[in-house]
Amino acid sequence: MIPLYWFLVLSAILFCIGLYAVITRRNTIAILMGIELMLNAANINLIAFWRYLYAGSNLDGVIFALIVFAAAAAEVAVGLGLILSAYRSKETIVANDLDTLKG
Amino acid sequence: MTTMQLIFLITAAVTIFAGVMMVSVRKLLHAALWLILVFFGVAVIFGLLEASFLVIIQIVLYIGAIAILIVFAIMLTQNAIDDTYQTSRRWLVTAVVAVIALAGILLALFTWPQGQALTSTLAGGQQDIAAIGLALLDPEGYLIPFEIASILLLAALIGGIYVGIEHKGEEK
Amino acid sequence: MIFIADPITFITTWLNSVLTGWGIPAIWVQFIMFILGAGLLALGAMIFTIGLIWLERKLGGRVQDRLGPNRVGPWGIFQTIADMLKIFTKELITPVGADKFLYNLAPLLAMAAVLGLWAVIPLSPTVFGTNINVGVLYLIGIGSIGELGIIMAGLSSNNKYALLGGFRAVASLLSYEVPMAITLLIPVMLAGSMGLNDIASAQKVAFIFQAPVAALVFFIAAIAENGRAPFDLMEADSEIVAGFNIEYSGLKFGMYYVADFLHAFTSAMIFATLFLGGWNGPGAEQYPALGFLYLLIKTALVYLLTVTIRFTVPRLRIDQMMAFAWKYLTPLALASLLVTAVVDKAAPAGQGLLRVALLIGANIVLFLIADRLVTLYRKQHEKARKVVSDDRPVPVAIRSTVVEEPEVNS
Repeated sequence: MIPLYWFLVLSAILFCIGLYAVITRRNTIAILMGIELMLNAANINLIAFWRYLYAGSNLDGVIFALIVFAAAAAEVAVGLGLILSAYRSKETIVANDLDTLKG
Repeated sequence: MTTMQLIFLITAAVTIFAGVMMVSVRKLLHAALWLILVFFGVAVIFGLLEASFLVIIQIVLYIGAIAILIVFAIMLTQNAIDDTYQTSRRWLVTAVVAVIALAGILLALFTWPQGQALTSTLAGGQQDIAAIGLALLDPEGYLIPFEIASILLLAALIGGIYVGIEHKGEEK
Repeated sequence: MIFIADPITFITTWLNSVLTGWGIPAIWVQFIMFILGAGLLALGAMIFTIGLIWLERKLGGRVQDRLGPNRVGPWGIFQTIADMLKIFTKELITPVGADKFLYNLAPLLAMAAVLGLWAVIPLSPTVFGTNINVGVLYLIGIGSIGELGIIMAGLSSNNKYALLGGFRAVASLLSYEVPMAITLLIPVMLAGSMGLNDIASAQKVAFIFQAPVAALVFFIAAIAENGRAPFDLMEADSEIVAGFNIEYSGLKFGMYYVADFLHAFTSAMIFATLFLGGWNGPGAEQYPALGFLYLLIKTALVYLLTVTIRFTVPRLRIDQMMAFAWKYLTPLALASLLVTAVVDKAAPAGQGLLRVALLIGANIVLFLIADRLVTLYRKQHEKARKVVSDDRPVPVAIRSTVVEEPEVNS
């Protein structure tokens, strides 16, 4: 018997670690990794709430998590493609140096 | 303390430790491997929540596809950034921001009135996959989100190919 | 009598009653049984590999007109044991500049992934590790952990050939996983379940007769996933020496070696389970031990076919290999999935031979169309190809078997 808020605390901690990674890391790949961590934390929340509140009645939480999986896959595919493309043309993957659009 | 609680605590500790290591190690490749450990930990958490389908999807998708793609990208851009130069100089400020955010979430969580009362017995059975499949293709259920997700994946596929192709003669 | 019919179940029930008799709680008994079963299965699989390596080397020798191992023991049976002793006593080298932790973890992952596959394969109607309801997805997930072992070896060895091997491994394994995962769905669809034991028991008519195209695609993709010839680009010895495992020595190399052979055999077993009916056969329901025998015979047939292919077909180029995965196998697998779904809806299960006939017919039509398209594509492609030079005479070794004797003038 695990209380619901244990899961919520775990997911909050993971989310904040991911947030820290996204803001601090200079490497774009590491930033993507931070985003993945945050998505995972969100998924824990979705499944935990679903399991404790709605497990008997509907599948909202599971379907929502599955959609998040799809979004994460799409995001990584396009994100890494963009990073590799930027690396090919600009020779850098440091987020601060990719500033061509800056006025 | 029951066995389930013990499993949860150990998994949570390993997952959080792996997460902290992921953001703090200098070598990006090691960070990716700590990330894989986090994915494993989350898979075990899903298992504790009796979502056996999501456990497998987590392993197939996150470890089998996303983590390998990330490692592949790291391989391809190995010398692009110096290992000693991975984190921004203002990391302390960010850490404080993250901790404040965490404190805010936890505060909201513990002041939530019925939050701590919610418990549910976890029996540890197998999830009914057929129900998920039927719900995804049911017009009364989740058909539209499912279709939108498929369009998103198609767009990502085309976008990924377009970005990945070398455009000759366009650059410089 | 019951012992001969189903020895494993007999032993388990006996052991179970003994352990419960000692007053151990039921959950711990189950735990002990799982540990014991997993350990025995893994040990059995690895001991089995010793024979497997000898068989493959001997067979490869025969295919290539050599003798194969023939010194140690009768027909060289103990050659592998001699090799094992050599490998155990060799020094374990960690190259300078290698990432020590990853370098040592990688072979373990590769080995563990292969052994993990055995957990869901039903060996007989009653003997299987576990019949989880997502067995097929489990196969894909565990396979990707094996990929991770190969990639980590390539990255952490601090060797350019290992890195090149790692690159090739990622490219080929990720690509061939796509058609393989799609074709895995077809037995799932026909059986109506993702558990491997359910799939095996649903095959009163083996699925290879209901989905031959899918079986073919799966067979090819499985060879590529094993990294065997003609798809052994990641360890192509004439190009990148030994690929990802170049820096490994002693037991660490041995792990990759064993994992390679065991993976090939396990893939054959998965093929036999998914498409050849697994343990199904006359009398398998009454005598589960007989089911194990059927499974082994079917697996051996598939395995011998892969070995013959391995020692017969030359290696592909990397671009040919990638094009083959993405341009031929993936569309074919998708089309096969669609066709099977339509026929499955048109003739639901329970219609017996009509359904099988429809499925075979649809598959033959599909294969003919695919073949026609490929031929057309190749014809167009050949027209566009530039002539670089005239044909050169090919040197042919002329071997005269009859030695001419000088004429003797008498």
